[in-house]
Amino acid sequence: MGESLRDIQRKIQAVKKTKQITKAMNMVASAKLRNAQLRIERFRPYADKYFEVISDLAGRVDASSYPLLEKREEIKTVGIVLITSDKGLCGAFNANLCTAALKLAQSKQSEGKEVKFICIGKRARDFFRKTEFEILEEKIEVLNHFDFQLANEVGETVIDKFLARHVDEVYVVFGKFVTIIKQEPTIAKVLPVESGAKSGDSSSEYVFEPSVEGLLTELLPRYVKVQIYRALLDTSASEHAARMTAMDNATKNCNELVNSLTLVYNKARQASITAELMDIVGGAEALKNA
Amino acid sequence: MAGKLKLEIVTPDRMLLSEEVEYVGAPGIEGEFGVLPNHIPFLSALGIGSLYYKQNNKTYYVFVAGGFVEVSKDKVSVLAEIAERAEEIDLERAKQAMERAKRRLQEQADKEAYARAKASLAKAMHRMRCKTAAQLR
Repeated sequence: MGESLRDIQRKIQAVKKTKQITKAMNMVASAKLRNAQLRIERFRPYADKYFEVISDLAGRVDASSYPLLEKREEIKTVGIVLITSDKGLCGAFNANLCTAALKLAQSKQSEGKEVKFICIGKRARDFFRKTEFEILEEKIEVLNHFDFQLANEVGETVIDKFLARHVDEVYVVFGKFVTIIKQEPTIAKVLPVESGAKSGDSSSEYVFEPSVEGLLTELLPRYVKVQIYRALLDTSASEHAARMTAMDNATKNCNELVNSLTLVYNKARQASITAELMDIVGGAEALKNA
Repeated sequence: MAGKLKLEIVTPDRMLLSEEVEYVGAPGIEGEFGVLPNHIPFLSALGIGSLYYKQNNKTYYVFVAGGFVEVSKDKVSVLAEIAERAEEIDLERAKQAMERAKRRLQEQADKEAYARAKASLAKAMHRMRCKTAAQLR
């Protein structure tokens, strides 16, 4: 057997304690997930409306006169905003995001473009600190509690860098929340703004105040922030969902381990009882013979 | 004409309000405007200030800042960055925020900080104005 009974028992206790922790984490994650999902649902109509209006407005103007809409002819530098969680213990979630971002960066690099990163979340920062890519900015430990203000800040930074021509394109890599068991690393282009507008399609006749131009200048930066906020919300929900699944699996594994260890324990106990009995019987036989 | 307007106020974090109203007055970026039923389709950026609406001869106030308003035939959608009902405004907090912003304005910081302080001052003042307007009713 090699292990004494007491050793096995200790191991069983340890696994049971681990199980308690993973179970608690699972429950915490599911509670947080519910909140995060609610927030996404509440935000969706807002984001959709924004998209609608921006598409409508952008269809009416010449894109090249707006720096945020204009596609630059020569793209030298690409900015990637990578959003991951701060904490681990959520399966391959962060790793998937980082790999997706890395792949994107490498493909851009092979096209001869320079790639710079803005990392949100500790995991993103830690991963890309080890690579050769430059990190323009990092924000860590912000995803636990965030509101639109965070999207504001990130959006502001991104827009500044874009307008100052430090970057010519900006992508966001985030964990899209599909279902509880499915989260997809997703790449979305935020700058220049892709409006999906069909020019010349102005079916609705609006009166604008201020002018279409004035509105666009006002709303385009906001739209960028709205997109970033959406990515943040999605990532946070995905993180909790991923953690929930990971912890659920861990709890299951703990159960299995406890079962198999109990089996080993019982076998060992029986073996030791048998051995003891043999000793006693052997001793009694020896006495009788004497 | 006694038509009704559907008023919706949405912020990034919640749907503040969705109601049938008779009149909406909103602070556009170029001045206040009023909307009655059967307004022409209209789109305006939102400034900082008090939005108010009339319902059953009562007037209600909502503080709004940033975003835009879309008016289609019988519907007014307000997509604001911040929106608070007058009842939710904490007058004391707004006062403190105003004092803070005033102090910061005097510190003569860089341009950016100045602009930020000015914006928060405007927000605080309009919050207070919104609250007082609602209390006077």
